[in-house]
Amino acid sequence: MISANSNSSPTASGNLLDVHDLCKYFPIFSKGLVPKRIGEIRAVDNISFSVRKGETLGIVGESGSGKTTAARSILRALTPTSGQVWFDSDLFGRIDLSQLSEKALKPLRREMQMVFQDPFSSLNPRMTVGDIVGEPLVIHGMGSRAERRDLVASMLEKVGMKAIHMQRYPHAFSGGQRQRIGIARALIMRPKLIVADEAVSALDVSVQAQVINLLQDLQDEFGVTYLFVAHDLSVVRHICDRVAVMYLGKVVEFGPTEAIFSNPRHPYTKALLSAIPQPDPDVPLRPEAMGEIGDLNRFAGMDMTPVFHPE
Amino acid sequence: MPENTDKAVAPVVDNVLEVDDLCVSFFTEEGEVKAVNGVSFEVGRGRCMAIVGESGSGKSVTAYSIMRLIQSPGKIVGGKIRVFPHGQPVIDVAQLRDKDPLLYHVRGGLVSMIFQEPMTALSPVHTVGNQICEAILLHREVTPAEAKNQAVQMLTRVGIPNPEARMRQYPYEFSGGMRQRVVIAMALVCKPVLLIADEPTTALDVTIQAQILTLIRELQQELGTSVLFITHDIGVVAQIADDVAVMYRGRIVERGTVRQVIKKPLHPYTKGLLGAIPGLAAPGTRLPTIESVLAGRDISRPMPLLTAPDGRLVALSDTEIQEQFTPAIP
Ligand SMILES: Nc1ncnc2c1ncn2[C@@H]1O[C@H](COP(=O)(O)OP(=O)(O)OP(=O)(O)O)[C@@H](O)[C@H]1O
Ligand SMILES: Nc1ncnc2c1ncn2[C@@H]1O[C@H](COP(=O)(O)OP(=O)(O)OP(=O)(O)O)[C@@H](O)[C@H]1O
Ligand SMILES: [Mg+2]
Ligand SMILES: [Mg+2]
Repeated sequence: MISANSNSSPTASGNLLDVHDLCKYFPIFSKGLVPKRIGEIRAVDNISFSVRKGETLGIVGESGSGKTTAARSILRALTPTSGQVWFDSDLFGRIDLSQLSEKALKPLRREMQMVFQDPFSSLNPRMTVGDIVGEPLVIHGMGSRAERRDLVASMLEKVGMKAIHMQRYPHAFSGGQRQRIGIARALIMRPKLIVADEAVSALDVSVQAQVINLLQDLQDEFGVTYLFVAHDLSVVRHICDRVAVMYLGKVVEFGPTEAIFSNPRHPYTKALLSAIPQPDPDVPLRPEAMGEIGDLNRFAGMDMTPVFHPE
Repeated sequence: MPENTDKAVAPVVDNVLEVDDLCVSFFTEEGEVKAVNGVSFEVGRGRCMAIVGESGSGKSVTAYSIMRLIQSPGKIVGGKIRVFPHGQPVIDVAQLRDKDPLLYHVRGGLVSMIFQEPMTALSPVHTVGNQICEAILLHREVTPAEAKNQAVQMLTRVGIPNPEARMRQYPYEFSGGMRQRVVIAMALVCKPVLLIADEPTTALDVTIQAQILTLIRELQQELGTSVLFITHDIGVVAQIADDVAVMYRGRIVERGTVRQVIKKPLHPYTKGLLGAIPGLAAPGTRLPTIESVLAGRDISRPMPLLTAPDGRLVALSDTEIQEQFTPAIP
């Protein structure tokens, strides 16, 4: 449940993740030879939500609204400015990840993995695909060399690639193939929590279907929990149990997927759902629904209070 | 967004680009990888041709070939890529030497490309503003102040709030979708004759995507720009394209107008692609994949493209085409 009151017990059961008042600000510096800090970008501005064990929580929202920053702050690829991230660890019980040191985080990383948004910059160009996908196993000292090889090969096949691809370097793959390398790397540890940031955005619908079916199989079999950041609303509607909508660093609407899609109430969510292009050339987009992008006043006069749908 | 016009194939041929039997291979330790294997299509002046297809089917390699950006161990092993600038002699890009000045003319103004992964086109060590201004200064004869002006304007048009301040930032300070919009801005400021857009809106939410599609349409109307639009989003294809080519394993398997291909797909792969759109499946159920849609049917054997009765091209046998055009007996 969304914890509007942040003093609710951080040990609520049934949740894998409880995010409380999470903030991440980036400094802005002035022009000139000696740049001075003149302000900050509130990329993530006081967000709170929970993720239940075994569910898929979708995060959608405007480009630049803070989805990646939130995901990275939760998994501690970034250190949050403030707030707490309670994680239900197998090893340590309930633990706040938000200010742990890198050393303290290392054993926890077995239980949570991230698929990064930009496969081009997140895959090491000097490592072979086999080494990239198998690296988490090496870091956590799992399996013999031969066992790791077999695991990597079978994981690549599960995402629709071939075992012979292990010898190649990332640049020798298409955009969608690189994205699947990132997915295979995240899945290989069989983590409890996977944060997937635009993980299927470069895949055609048929390969995407294969990967989504795989993610759902893992969930059915091992109870994996997903935090699923995506722009493709038809994918989100298909696989997410609940959805958080972000706009300008805040969660503006939260609730069960069907409630949000069939009864969107926040002006941004309404604009978002009305802009989905239909796969039919005779159903044009309704431009009046969009307003000018970049125009921060486009919702002027509308009620921007966050909306939380009842379960 | 302006209406899609679905003119039948124009009687007077006025193409900006003609790709004829293009073959591109990568010579690797595994052997020759035939990434593009006999691809032919043309893009009419002012029109938008969409390429859709399987991940890894050769869409980006086709685009890179038009810009002559294929690098070793890759090589264009056959075919023609002819660009027709308005009122100037035709250029066969595939034949040009690496250092031919015409090649710079092609890359630096005639054709511009929005890359699938923004960081391939952006330098991490220069500010966003400097990179856009540099692109403008390279292609247009303007003062640096004017270039900066145009850069700010273009950033506004792609929906970056606070563009003056954003110009001073580095790409890593931008979100994924904002980086993608910077690359779009850089491609558009050059006012190209042909714009190649490789998955330009994958990192954008649908409201901003709609705005970008409108912007590209406006540019087409203002300047008569032609567009080669690579995407896997059939919704986007339906909104922006006049014509569609469907690629599968290095070949085109179906090619026609957007209505022909999307409303009545003939090839089993195209049918599979349209059938696998998640919006059409019940939530929580397994999605249809190509395998489940094809149901054991083998489409890996390459077939020549034949002309169907409605004028589109499709890689099926004559009988298979006829079957789909004979009205069902009641
Ligand atoms: N390292 C950084 N330094 C400064 N600002 C940053 C940094 N990372 C992100 N930002 C800013 O934070 C805001 C949110 O960015 P974020 O990447 O989280 O957005 P997003 O919702 O993931 O967008 P997209 O859908 O485009 O990927 C943006 O304004 C961005 O410019
Ligand atoms: N340097 C290389 N060495 C070997 N094979 C390569 C190389 N570069 C690309 N390929 C192969 O060429 C094929 C076509 O790649 P391309 O990038 O054109 O695919 P795509 O259709 O754009 O796919 P996506 O939708 O995933 O971006 C792929 O199967 C890829 O593995
Ligand atoms: Mg992002
Ligand atoms: Mg590609």
